[in-house]
Amino acid sequence: MSDRIEKRIELKAPVSRVWRALTDYREFGEWFRVKLDGPFVAGQVSRGQITYPGYEHLKWEAVVQKLEPERLFSFTWHPYAVDPKVDYSKEPQTLVEFKLEKTPTGTRLLLTESGFDRIPAARRMEAFRMNDGGWTEQMKNIERHVTEKS
Amino acid sequence: MSQKNRKKAIASGRGRALVFAALGDDTRLLLIAKLCSGQPHSISELTEGSKLTRQAITKHLRVLQGAGIVHGVRAGRERRFRFDPEPMQDLKQYLNTISEQWDQALARLKSFVED
Repeated sequence: MSDRIEKRIELKAPVSRVWRALTDYREFGEWFRVKLDGPFVAGQVSRGQITYPGYEHLKWEAVVQKLEPERLFSFTWHPYAVDPKVDYSKEPQTLVEFKLEKTPTGTRLLLTESGFDRIPAARRMEAFRMNDGGWTEQMKNIERHVTEKS
Repeated sequence: MSQKNRKKAIASGRGRALVFAALGDDTRLLLIAKLCSGQPHSISELTEGSKLTRQAITKHLRVLQGAGIVHGVRAGRERRFRFDPEPMQDLKQYLNTISEQWDQALARLKSFVED
């Protein structure tokens, strides 16, 4: 079973534009939907508040790993740190990497999130129970699937 | 999580917590590797080539059974153990969910930089 997620997307915008959207904390916050306290600094913790509708009570926290201009931006974080009462700080994190490549039409963005095999079981379960618009149907599918078998 | 809440979580998650706990052990992963070839195995076959005793293997099998990853089947007088891929497919679903979230975030990034 793969323990990573990989995405590739072609963007019709110059590398410099994409780099700014990724690494300027205000711009990142716009599309990621988080209000960050301050700029990204390699090796430092980035904090903020999620602005995604329905999840505004959640805090954002990540550790910026690499900021290689117009090439690589990466951070580690706790995926699905959705319960404000749980202290996730002792748990292993996943690594999120954004890699940029110049193309004739703009920029190719490669996204990787890796390290899921280290995430404790309970958290994986938590993710199943998260109930947001698009997932509701999926959840039902899983339930049905599991119930039929048992 | 309190004891009560944990119990509730396990119940509502239809034992998924057990699945993940069951997977977090090397011996059990080895047993799964042996069993997922498709053929049901007897305890003797599963103990073969292992440093562990029959009793220890039985104990691990019980954990796997509790999580639904392994089912016991009767074959004549013998008891055999069969692998069930279902619980692990659930895990895959978890990754799919996160994957979908990234799709949405990247779509927002796309319109953000292209507008």
